[in-house]
Amino acid sequence: MIDLTPTVMAPALPRAARRSLFSRLLRNPVGLATMLFLTLLVLSAIFAPLLAPHDPNSSSIQDVLGGPADGHPLGFDSSGRDVFSRLIFAGRFSLAGAALALLIALVIGVTGGLIAGYYGKWFDSVSSWLTGLLMALPGIVVLLAARSVLGPSMWLSMMIFGVLLSPAFFRLVYASVTAVRNELYVDAARVAGLGDTRIIGKHILTVVRAPVIIQSAMVLGIAIAIQAGLDFLGLGDQSIPTWGTMLNDGFRQIYKEPLLILWPSVVIALTCVALTLLANTMRDLLERSGKAKARRRPPLRPADVNKTAAVFHAEDLSSSGRTGEVLLDVRDLAIGYDQPDGTVKTVVHDVSLTVRRGEVHGLIGESGSGKTQTAWSILRLLPDGGRVTGGAIFFEGKDLALASEKEMTKIRGKKIAYIPQEPMSNLDSAFTIGSQLVEPMRVCLGISKKEATQRALKLLARVGIPNPERTFAAYPHEVSGGMAQRVLIAGAVSCDPDLLIADEPTTALDVTVQAEVLDLLRELQSELNMGVVLVTHNFGVVADLCDRVSVMRDGRVIETGPVRAIFTQAKHPYTQSLLAAILEDGEARGDLDEGNSGRAAAAALATPSISDTIGAQS
Amino acid sequence: MTELLLDVKNVIVEYPIKGFRKEPFQALKGVSLDIRPGETVGLVGESGSGKTTLGRAVLGLAPVTGGEIVYRGKDIAHLGRRERKSLSSEIQVVFQDPYTSLNPSLTIEQILVEPLTVRKVAKKDASKRVLDLLDQVGLPSNAADRLPREFSGGQRQRIAIARALALDPRLIVCDEPVSALDLSTQARVLDLFKEIQERTGVAYLFVSHDLAVVRHLSHRVAVMYHGEIVEWGAGDQVTGDPVHPYTQRLFLAAPVPDPDRQEQRRAVRQRLMVEQERAGLEAGAA
Repeated sequence: MIDLTPTVMAPALPRAARRSLFSRLLRNPVGLATMLFLTLLVLSAIFAPLLAPHDPNSSSIQDVLGGPADGHPLGFDSSGRDVFSRLIFAGRFSLAGAALALLIALVIGVTGGLIAGYYGKWFDSVSSWLTGLLMALPGIVVLLAARSVLGPSMWLSMMIFGVLLSPAFFRLVYASVTAVRNELYVDAARVAGLGDTRIIGKHILTVVRAPVIIQSAMVLGIAIAIQAGLDFLGLGDQSIPTWGTMLNDGFRQIYKEPLLILWPSVVIALTCVALTLLANTMRDLLERSGKAKARRRPPLRPADVNKTAAVFHAEDLSSSGRTGEVLLDVRDLAIGYDQPDGTVKTVVHDVSLTVRRGEVHGLIGESGSGKTQTAWSILRLLPDGGRVTGGAIFFEGKDLALASEKEMTKIRGKKIAYIPQEPMSNLDSAFTIGSQLVEPMRVCLGISKKEATQRALKLLARVGIPNPERTFAAYPHEVSGGMAQRVLIAGAVSCDPDLLIADEPTTALDVTVQAEVLDLLRELQSELNMGVVLVTHNFGVVADLCDRVSVMRDGRVIETGPVRAIFTQAKHPYTQSLLAAILEDGEARGDLDEGNSGRAAAAALATPSISDTIGAQS
Repeated sequence: MTELLLDVKNVIVEYPIKGFRKEPFQALKGVSLDIRPGETVGLVGESGSGKTTLGRAVLGLAPVTGGEIVYRGKDIAHLGRRERKSLSSEIQVVFQDPYTSLNPSLTIEQILVEPLTVRKVAKKDASKRVLDLLDQVGLPSNAADRLPREFSGGQRQRIAIARALALDPRLIVCDEPVSALDLSTQARVLDLFKEIQERTGVAYLFVSHDLAVVRHLSHRVAVMYHGEIVEWGAGDQVTGDPVHPYTQRLFLAAPVPDPDRQEQRRAVRQRLMVEQERAGLEAGAA
């Protein structure tokens, strides 16, 4: 048999997508600039004794408030100390103080968040309560109180500030951990025998790592600003040089020597701006790659496979004569999505199909085949960026592809109704089921509320809901999935539509419920003599309901015809391979004991070669 | 008669319900079944029937409040974390959703090495083992340093199978492993399951809502309904000629991919529903 699966290995992504955050930062101009500045700042603080030309604390009376002089590029402060040297040494204390605050906040916030998020229970409630309390405390007031009780220690106040900042990390980590804790890969790691520390270290820390780094940059900036503020108020330790004390000194001498306040202000401002910009750049970089991660849809297959015409089957006895006039006539439909780079990606090509009154036309295909796109385009409800790029959709003589939005509003619901795949997410949980049924009927049919209510109750009874009054007054979360789908079917047929678009209407339901819903759809279809477009991937559903089938693949219809012809005389190799993959009515496996020894021998002989297994990959 | 690999005896699983003195919710109400070495036992049921809970109980991920789960002569229902760890090379798992069962930020090699690190396998041997595993599930060796998002659903499920095979387990709990896959992919992954079993003699507890899938793979089949096993026996009998009214309903509800036979099945089903309803009414009246 021909291997019909196109190249299955996803194309190798450019390495750039996987490069670490750090190297991506260096390629970003803002990231590079801020990193460079911050590195220089940290280096200057570390090597302050080597870089500073003078002792930051040695003062000379005759140089008080002296201007720049030889070896003193920024002059002297009010005590006759060298401003440039003080600026460099102050970086040491200011940065170390902020780092201490950050460290305390990280240790408390991250460990607390991990434990509360991963283990939960009482620790969760206690720590959540505590973070709430901490966040409610006004930071500056606490620091002032601490200063008056404990004395003017910069280190102590930064430690207290670290505790006050810890809720920021706690909340971040807690939220990420609770989201990841129930992921299946954490369960899989547990089954693999990994201990909790390993699971947390490997699976959970990797998730919180990036947001924590971003948050750290922000917090560091805040800590520097707060610390400078405290010292500026004169509440800090006057014995060590910090940017804040320099600010304080400069402010007091602002009339005599206005330049003194400038230097620490510039350094503080530049540092805080650099940290904030760095945080923003990191977030941008991470979020851009995060989008690719969130993609859950399987990659689209390349649409180059069959340009050949679709296989058409002639009418047969069971299909001809049963149905009425042509309701929907789709001709050479093409659907494209606008790409960010201005090109259009075509996902559906040259699709033609007709639906007659009283006929059920099945669209069958695997994921990514374009069947749902086709169905949505008939309702003109394509997702953002999607549009009909070619062909026509004739419905009652009008081309829907060209109809205005106003005209479509009149057609949708009234003439063409829709049944979605996920019943629950298509009911608004804020309103009762009744109100969601009544409202469209009042708009579409122009009847009074009372009349609409009567009609809704009748419809609910008709779709097999045992207690219509109760369901009418219920909210969507109070009914089961099967009931919700019945409600949506009732809503869809409430305005006597001519055409019904059903997008995988039973996929989310249990088998026994599916059978009932299929029965209901069949009854309603013949009762109301509707045309139906049924999108599905299940051949059993097709066999149950459809009169005519179109098989789709890679955005094209590859075979179309009456249902019996497709099942018994499929001509296209892809249709044949799909039919061959059906398991229903296959041989049961039989008992373990019969032929057990024979099978082991056969297994020993038939060790598959590598090329075989690669050829069979999915 | 071969020795039993797993013997589930009267297992009860209860989840507490929030609220003061509320009766806990019984997800399993005394379930018994057994698995022999190298056998596939299919577990069929609809959503909420407890089939996934039974799988999780065997894996030690659900709280067993009554009964025993005997694995090779030893009760494993109430093991501590440490004792459980020694079982990791014996009982493994393949989950339903290949999109969330692989950590998106780890490469395939890191994912596959993970269970090996627990066994303290040397790094060099581990990478060799990874290549061997990828080969076993039909993926090329250059898959090792890629991320999960670069693979399709079927390929991801192969990776999940490779991870389960890493420690040469004797039993793999498969929780709806093919229900998120396309039809043709599903058939190939099922064949892979079969092929691995015939080669390695691993046993499967195969949980699925799809009678056809279970029939294709299982030697024996158990049908679950509301936390109980209502029918249990040879695969072809349970899936071909069921006795219990619920299994009959389940069997007839699945549409056959043949318009004419489906028409017949539909008629039989509707007749059966009427009969069962009448029988139910009579039983209620009596």
